[in-house]
Amino acid sequence: MHEAPATPGTERRAGRLSDRLTLSAKRVLWAWLFLAVPVVFYGAIRFWPTAEAFWISFTDWNLLRPAQFVGLDNYRRLLADPLFWKVFANTFLYLILGTPVSLVLSFAIAYHLDRVRFLHGFLRALYFLPFLTTAVAMAWVWRYFFQPVPIGPINNLLASLGLPAQPFLRSTLQALPTILVPAVWAGMGFQIIIFLAGLRAIPTSYYEAARIDGLSERAILWRITLPLLKPTLVFLVVFASIGFLRIFDYVYNMNTNDPGGPLDSTKPLVIMIYQTAFKSYDVGYASAQTVVLFLILLAISLLQLRLMRQPT
Amino acid sequence: MTALSKARPGRVVAWTLLFLGGIVMVTPILFMFSTSLKDSSQVFDLRLVPAEPTLDNYRTILEDGRFLRWFLNSLFIAVLATVSNVFFDGLVGYTLAKFRFPGRRLVFLAILSTLMIPTEMLVIPWYLMASRFGWLDSYWGIVFPGLMTAFGTFLMRQFFETVPDDFLEAARIDGLNEFTIWWKVAMPLVTPALSALAIFTFLGNWTAFIWPLIVSTRAEMFTLPVGLSSFSVEQSVAWEMIMTGAAIATLPTLLVFLVLQRFIVRGVMLAGLKG
Repeated sequence: MHEAPATPGTERRAGRLSDRLTLSAKRVLWAWLFLAVPVVFYGAIRFWPTAEAFWISFTDWNLLRPAQFVGLDNYRRLLADPLFWKVFANTFLYLILGTPVSLVLSFAIAYHLDRVRFLHGFLRALYFLPFLTTAVAMAWVWRYFFQPVPIGPINNLLASLGLPAQPFLRSTLQALPTILVPAVWAGMGFQIIIFLAGLRAIPTSYYEAARIDGLSERAILWRITLPLLKPTLVFLVVFASIGFLRIFDYVYNMNTNDPGGPLDSTKPLVIMIYQTAFKSYDVGYASAQTVVLFLILLAISLLQLRLMRQPT
Repeated sequence: MTALSKARPGRVVAWTLLFLGGIVMVTPILFMFSTSLKDSSQVFDLRLVPAEPTLDNYRTILEDGRFLRWFLNSLFIAVLATVSNVFFDGLVGYTLAKFRFPGRRLVFLAILSTLMIPTEMLVIPWYLMASRFGWLDSYWGIVFPGLMTAFGTFLMRQFFETVPDDFLEAARIDGLNEFTIWWKVAMPLVTPALSALAIFTFLGNWTAFIWPLIVSTRAEMFTLPVGLSSFSVEQSVAWEMIMTGAAIATLPTLLVFLVLQRFIVRGVMLAGLKG
């Protein structure tokens, strides 16, 4: 401080300020400096829009005229809308068909894959690859598979076996399970890897003890492996359920001419939300639908927390 | 010994079944690449290995400038989101794990609670925000909702908690400032988690569909999935072209996987168990 600085006053004040700050106070400042941009981001891009979604759901906004508060009208309209109930039933069909089918298949594969040493990595890669694909791209491949003869390979196969051709995506009855095929296919790789990690985490001493006690493989599976796998199972059930409740990409792209068709037979909630908001511009009504989706997902997440807390 | 040799035939059967199942799993992908190498006259010939493989479809599709543009749009957005997530999720995860300050628990719970909010609930307000600020049909408009994620933040926080404080204290004694300590000392210690986060973010943004579909209306601003979704409607008869487009959309992630296989599988395991 012997050389005269340009602005001695400020320099001395700044020096004194930083002297007065204790080490821990400085670290608090750093912490908030690090968090400044993220806090603004989460506030503006997550919390504010959430509040806005709730607010819009109580208005009749359609982007053309100013929004007007209409109370619970949108929710009343939803309960009286036959399309909503149709969509609600479809969404739960995706959930109750997709979740068990994909988890049982994934577990069976992971359980056997875990015991295989020969070319283990190669087999695992075969099962994992679909997880890395783009839904929009693979939806087109699967659409091709399910085409009627003479195009579709699956119908060609049925024909060569002397079986009747199936309408698949063109049937109101078959279209929904048909869409589930690629959706399940694409999600299994992830589930198998998580199951493998869960199986790996079970100490081998448990198995050894059980074998010494003379338990059969089947008994070991039901009494040791599955109970010890509970955290993994709960995680995957919730993860898969949320995925099927939010299904969109495959439904939209398996039938781009009429997403959710034929005759709304495959339409899940998220397609209805998309169409209500961005095709009909009925933003208030669409927001009420998103709130319903939010409440369903919230209920499932809370259920997960309860299941996780229960002792095994 | 007898038990082992008895189990052998069962194991061979199990291995064979697993192998056949694995082939079934990759068949759609193989079929896609195979069809992309056929010309229109061979499309309905269902052989997996094309009789006369040709790259003509790829040439045609890349000469049609739109497709290349969508590819580059997707690449740019996925890279931008990945860089942003690695930086910010890393920074926030580190701060929440390694700093003690008033409001820490509140910030933690606030970010945690955003995991409960489904994207579908936010797309309408995001769209209104984007149209109000003129972000429709722009890179910023596509990328802004995903610049940080709660998932990534918690993944990083879990890993930073395992970093010993001694390392950071040593750096402090050396006179490094807190930002440098994070970037130069702490971040390199969690490289496995960072690469898992980077892979997930890239993959998630590369395949993202619903938000890019909503926010981009002009064909030049489509991402590859949105473009592919529209592109195919126009050419709904030309299956070989659709398959070529699909193959190009799938190729980057498959290549990344083939190079980093062990890394990616471990990353999924890490994220699944910790996240």
